[in-house]
Amino acid sequence: MGFKEFCFKKSLWLFHFGGASCNNCDIEILDCLTPRYDVERFGMLLVGSVRHADVLLVNGSINKRDKSRLLEIYEQASKPILVVAIGACGCTGGIFAEGDTFAGPVDKIIPVDAYIPGCPPKPEAILAGVVKLLNK
Amino acid sequence: MVKKTLIPIGPYHPLQEEPELFKLYCEGEIVKDIKWETGYNHRGIEKLSEKKTYDQSFFLVERICGICSTSHPFAFANAVEEIGNIEITNRAKYIRSIIGELERIHSHLLWVGLAGHFLGYNTVFMWAWKYREPILDLFEMISGNRNSYAMFKVGGMRRDIENSKIPLIQEILDKFKKKNNLLVGAVMDDPVLHARTKGVGVLTKQDIIDYAAVGPTARASGIDVDVRRDDPYAAYPLVNWKVITAEAGDVFAKAEVRLLEMYESISIIEQCLEGLKKEKEGDINVKVKDIPEGWGTGRAEAPRGEVFHYVLSDGSNSPARHKIRAPSYTNIATFKKSCVGQTISDATISLAAVDPCYCCTERMAVAYDRNTGEKIMNGKDLIALSAKKTENIKNQF
Repeated sequence: MGFKEFCFKKSLWLFHFGGASCNNCDIEILDCLTPRYDVERFGMLLVGSVRHADVLLVNGSINKRDKSRLLEIYEQASKPILVVAIGACGCTGGIFAEGDTFAGPVDKIIPVDAYIPGCPPKPEAILAGVVKLLNK
Repeated sequence: MVKKTLIPIGPYHPLQEEPELFKLYCEGEIVKDIKWETGYNHRGIEKLSEKKTYDQSFFLVERICGICSTSHPFAFANAVEEIGNIEITNRAKYIRSIIGELERIHSHLLWVGLAGHFLGYNTVFMWAWKYREPILDLFEMISGNRNSYAMFKVGGMRRDIENSKIPLIQEILDKFKKKNNLLVGAVMDDPVLHARTKGVGVLTKQDIIDYAAVGPTARASGIDVDVRRDDPYAAYPLVNWKVITAEAGDVFAKAEVRLLEMYESISIIEQCLEGLKKEKEGDINVKVKDIPEGWGTGRAEAPRGEVFHYVLSDGSNSPARHKIRAPSYTNIATFKKSCVGQTISDATISLAAVDPCYCCTERMAVAYDRNTGEKIMNGKDLIALSAKKTENIKNQF
């Protein structure tokens, strides 16, 4: 077992970074925690600080003002950390990619381990994405 | 002498879903002043809209805000249809209202849940979001997506609600109503929630008028304002419903208004479904040839208040200018009244009480003096102000 596998063997804690988004992905991430999908039964928990987290969920297009904050948050995170780009905006910039304030999709700013496409992705898709990431 | 403390909330705070920075200036436990910073969510939507055709713009305005993803297309459609003088069919009107009201239910439930979460009462959060799921199922059934519905276009709708689906929709609504009764009863009678929300974050009638607040925030303070009634659009003049108001103006009154509004929404949907049965199936579009030169304004009552869209057309197939004003833009300013003087622990629920939606709000705006017609502050003024400050700092060294 490598160091990385050892780190992600047990309960994963998530930190959610909402960039310049339309809120849909944020809601669907929260929806994963509520009774119908209930990811907490797998030990996944949204935490308040990225220092405690194993997974960094990033959604929304990143604008010029968010960019430095995202970098800072990534640097604060205890490594190894899995980064998941959620939604069309997180993956490519989506409909906002042509905007004046757009500062590049997430993978141009920090390394990304998994992409979950969709506008917004359904909670099932988010769960499936995280499971795929763990089996990688 | 009491020590002054600055407590920042945000921009990426576990309390909020969206990036927004609040600075609470506190003395002891009492909040003395509040400032907020925006811009973390700015995407330049008004400019983007000018690059897109009218049909494409609907997908864009839908993504201004995920929760109000009907209200913005609604107002945009109203504006464009005003330019082209287009009258849509009755069936399209009914479907528009059904989608609009379903959205209001899901948004209000979402708020009730989040309000519970902010109070540290996670049971309410879990319950409200659990009961919200059937409404999202309805959306998935009607439009194919849980959140962004892509139902609107100029002159009608993209999809019909087939008459064969109506009994199923009715059945899901009936089931939802029973569960909702349970939730509303639990929230309204809970002594803990009473103690935490009554008399907290009070906005008086005068405050609402001063800050030009709209929607449930205004209605909870006894201001009887609702675009659906005051400037009728879609099927709202065709059905019976009433505007819910409360007098107290505190957080509890806002919750009360929202919870009772859900019942009105259910009643509107039921009447619209009855109306749909009388109209011919598939008759949802009128032919639109082109959008002439001119300008139009569209208003719609979003779950949070009045959404306003201004569209200027130069006769081409994309808007020459598109101006958007979302309800949270004025509602957020009321924090200055509702939070100051409260304890820090009550500040969070006071912030949440207006149901602020920051992704709606990230616009530029210029205010004009009502009496003289002068610009109160424009870009040049701001630059001049900034230059002056630099000058002052230079002089200190």
